[in-house]
Amino acid sequence: MSIVTVQLGQCGNQIGHEVFSALCSDIRGTHGLCSKKENESYCESCKERFFCEEESGVPVARAVLVDMEPKVISQTLSMAASSGHWKYDSHSHFCQKQGSGNNWANGYSVHGPRHKEAIMNLVQKEAEKCDRLGGFFTIMSMAGGTGSGLGAFVTQCLRDAFPTSFTLNHVIWPYGTGEVIVQNYNSVLTLSHLYQSSDALLVHENDVIHKICAQLMNIKQISFRDVNQVIAHQLGSVFQPTHTAGEGSGYSRNPLGDLMEALVPHPEFKLLGLRNIPQMPENSLPYSTFSWPGLIKHLRQMLIANAKMEEGIDWQVRPPQPGSSIPSTTKPLHFNTSIANLVVLRGKDVHSVDLGSFQDPSLYTSWLNPQDAFSAWKTPRAFNKYEKSASLVSNSQFLLKPLDSIVGKAWNMFASKAYLHQYTKFGIQEEDFLDCFTTLEQVISSYTNL
Amino acid sequence: AVSLPFAVGQCGNQVGCRFWDLALREHAAVNKKGIYDEALSSFFRNVDTRSGGNGPDIYKGKICSLKARALLIDMEEGVVNEILQGPLRDVFDSKQLITDVSGSGNNWAVGHKIYGGQYRENIVEKLRKTAEHCDCLQCFFIIHSMGGGTGSGLGTFVLNLLEEEFPEVYRFVTSVYPSGEDDVITSPYNSVLAMKELNEHADCVLPIENESLFEIVNKIHQMINSGKLGSTVKQNSLVTSSAGSAKTLPEKPFDAMNNIVANLLLNLTSSARFEGSLNMDLNEISMNLVPFPRLHYLVSSLTPLYTLADVNVPSRRLDQMFSDAFSRDHQLIQADPKHSLYLACALLVRGNVQVSDLRRNIERLKPSLHFVSWNQEGWKTGLCSVPPVGHSHSLLALANNTCVKPTFIELKDRFMKLYKKKAHLHHYLQIDGMEQSCFSEAISSLTDLIEEYNELDATKSGPRIDPSRLKIAV
Repeated sequence: MSIVTVQLGQCGNQIGHEVFSALCSDIRGTHGLCSKKENESYCESCKERFFCEEESGVPVARAVLVDMEPKVISQTLSMAASSGHWKYDSHSHFCQKQGSGNNWANGYSVHGPRHKEAIMNLVQKEAEKCDRLGGFFTIMSMAGGTGSGLGAFVTQCLRDAFPTSFTLNHVIWPYGTGEVIVQNYNSVLTLSHLYQSSDALLVHENDVIHKICAQLMNIKQISFRDVNQVIAHQLGSVFQPTHTAGEGSGYSRNPLGDLMEALVPHPEFKLLGLRNIPQMPENSLPYSTFSWPGLIKHLRQMLIANAKMEEGIDWQVRPPQPGSSIPSTTKPLHFNTSIANLVVLRGKDVHSVDLGSFQDPSLYTSWLNPQDAFSAWKTPRAFNKYEKSASLVSNSQFLLKPLDSIVGKAWNMFASKAYLHQYTKFGIQEEDFLDCFTTLEQVISSYTNL
Repeated sequence: AVSLPFAVGQCGNQVGCRFWDLALREHAAVNKKGIYDEALSSFFRNVDTRSGGNGPDIYKGKICSLKARALLIDMEEGVVNEILQGPLRDVFDSKQLITDVSGSGNNWAVGHKIYGGQYRENIVEKLRKTAEHCDCLQCFFIIHSMGGGTGSGLGTFVLNLLEEEFPEVYRFVTSVYPSGEDDVITSPYNSVLAMKELNEHADCVLPIENESLFEIVNKIHQMINSGKLGSTVKQNSLVTSSAGSAKTLPEKPFDAMNNIVANLLLNLTSSARFEGSLNMDLNEISMNLVPFPRLHYLVSSLTPLYTLADVNVPSRRLDQMFSDAFSRDHQLIQADPKHSLYLACALLVRGNVQVSDLRRNIERLKPSLHFVSWNQEGWKTGLCSVPPVGHSHSLLALANNTCVKPTFIELKDRFMKLYKKKAHLHHYLQIDGMEQSCFSEAISSLTDLIEEYNELDATKSGPRIDPSRLKIAV
C-alpha cells in the first residue's frame, strides 16, 4: 500500500525533502545487516510505499508540494533532482507568488478555497498512481500561515474527498521563543481544526530536536537543515517497512491503518509523540555498540519520565504501585500516563527482544487491556546505519505541558486583543478563536485526567 | 512578488537613486550568469530594447535591459533630471516620471491639495500601467521626507490614492523626519499634517532621522581615519558606500546618509527576493509587527556598519552584531529601545548565520529587554542565505517600541510653538481645501497616538496578571 505525502509551506517542503532523501539513502545503503532476501523485501516494500518507478529508473517520490510562494518549492525540486538518486514528479506541485504572511486566516479562508481545486487535482493524480492507497501523510508547521492555515484546510478536503483513507498529520511545533510572533494564535487555530478532520497528529517540537542536535549530535552551528535531518531520521525509523504481525509475516501492507489501530482508540486522544534512540553523530556509529536490554530500559524510562531525549533522563520517576486502588489524585507527580504505545525495533537480533516491561499495566490508563494498549513492530533489517534502533510512538501525556503552554500564551495575547485585526480582516472572528480555545482546553482536560 | 517604490520629492528621489544603484550592485554580485530571475523581477523589468526604445517585457532568459519598477515624482525638475543624466538613465523611462517646475514651497498644502488634485489622474494612469507589468504586486514603498512640501504633501496624497486604488496591496512608508535644527521653518506643520495621513493610511512606517544617519556617517569616517584598526576595511562593505566607488567618501553631501536608507530597503526585501532556511516576506513583517492598526511605527537598525577585510569571523564577532543591533547608536532614529517597551521585534539575518546563532543571541539579549506583558516572546525571525555585498553576514532589526514616543513628542512641541502664535498659518489656509480643522485634527491625531504609547509605557512597571483560562467542566 502506498502513502501519498503532502508537503505544505516552507517547513513542510524542507522536511519532506529530507524525509525522502533519508528513505532513499537507507535503501541504497549496504548496512542492512540482514539476509539478502530480507533486504530485497524491505527495499521493495519501501519503494512501493513511498516511491513510484519511472522508465528512467529514478524513483519518483509520491508527493504533492504546496506553497504560496515559489522559492522553497523551486529549491526543493532542484535539490532532489540533482541528487541523481530520486526526484519529485515535476508536475506535482502548486505554488503562488505572495505567501500567506504568517496569517492562518489568509491560508485557511483565502488561499484554501481559492486553490482547492488545483491542489486536490494534484492529490487525486498522485492517489491514482498508487495500486492501493494506504492514506495521506501531511507535513506542516503550525506557526506560520501556509502550512498551518492552508494545511488545516487541505486536511479537511482530504477527509471530504477520501473519507475511507487515513490521514496522519505530521506537525512541527515551533521554538518556544519566537520564530513568529503570532505563532501561538496560528497554533491554536491549527490544532483545533486538525483535531476535527485528522486521524492523528504526530508531533515534533523544534526545541527538543534542537537539543538533540546540540547535545547528542554534537553539532556546533545548528542549521534548520540539521534539525530537519534528525526529524527525517526519526520519521524513517517509524515508517520504513516492518513486520507488524510477528515473525514470518510479510512486511506490513497498511502502515497508517496499523498505526491508528495501535495508538488511537478514542477520537478525543489524537496527539502522538515520537522518541528514537540511539541518536549520535554518524562518525561515532562504528565505535559504538548497543544492547537491546539497555535500549529498551532507556526507552521505557524516557516514556515514564517524559524525557525528550536519551540524556538527562530522570530515573527517580516510577509508575504508581499496582494492586490497591489508588485514586488518580495521588499518582506520583511527573509520571507520564499512557493510553497506548507502539515500539518499533530495527536491526540485529530483534526477535529476541523482551518487551514485557512495556506491557506493565501500571503504565497505562485503566480503560484498555494492556495487551491492546501496547504494540510492537520489528524488522531485522537495520535502519540508516544504526546497528540497532528503537523508536517509541506514544499516545500519552507527552505533549500535555507543551500544549498547555501554547494555549496559555495564546490566551494571554488574546485577552489583550493584540493582532486580532489581522485575522478578522480575512474572516476569522473572535468567536472563532473562542471555539478553538474551548476545543483545546477540552483536549488538555482529557489528557490531564488520564 | 513585486515591491513597487514611489520616490516623492527631493529627499525621496535622492534616496531612491541610491537605492536602485545599490540594488543593481547587489543583484550583479549574486547573478553571475546574467539570467533574468525571480529575484530580479521584484524590482526590475527585463525589456527588449534591441529595436530601440520600449520593446516588450522578457520574462525569462538572459538580461537584455533592466528597467526599475518605480514611479519618480517631484514638483521640481532638478533631482529627477540629474538622475536621468547620470549612470542610471537607462533604468528609467519617461513614463515613470511625474514632474513639474515650481516645487511646493515647503508647503504641505501645496503638495497635497494643489498638486494632488492636479496630478491625480496622471499618477493613477501611470500607476496602473506599471502595475500591469507586475506578475503579482505585493507591496508599495513610499520614500519621502516629512518636513518639506512635495515629499510630505504629495507623498501622503499618493498614500491615500494607493489605498483607494489598490486596497489589498501593503503600503510601507520610509519617512525622513526633520531634526530640531531643520532650516525649513514650517517643517513641524508639514510633518504633523503628514503624520495624520501616515496614522490612517500606512500599513508600516519606518521613521528615519537625519541626526542618526549623520552620526553613523561620522562614526565610520572616524573609524577609517583613526588608523586604530589593524586590518583595512572593505570599501564596498560600508553601509554608506555607493556602488563602484573607489573613493573613501561619496561625492554628494547626502549620498552617504542616503545609502544607509537604501541599504535598509534592500535588507528589508532581501528575504522576499533571495532564498533562505526561514523566509520573511513583507506581508509577514506587517502581520507580526503591528499588533494594533495605528501602532505601526517601526524603529530600525542595521549592523554591521562595515566589514574588516580579514575573512575569519569568530562567533564572538557574530554575537557583537546582535548586541549592536540593540544599541542606541545603531538606530536610525534618535531612540533607545533598550530602555523602553517592546511590543514586538523582528530580526532579519542575512548570510552565513544559522538558527542556533539566532537562538543563542535571543536568549542572551532577552533579559535586558522589556517586552509588553501580552507578548513576552515577541520575536519574529528570518534567515536569508544571501549576504549584502561585502559582508559575510548582516542583521536588520525592526522594533515596534515605545522609544518612538520622544520623536513624536518633540514634533508636537515644535508644532505647538508655531501654532500658538499662528506663525505662517496663512500660507496654508489660503490654499483651497485647507481649513483650521485640518490642523486641529492633525495635532489631535498625533496627541492620541502619543497617548497610546503612554498607556503602554504605564504597563511597563506594573505587576503582571495573567488572565484566567477557560474552565472545562469535567
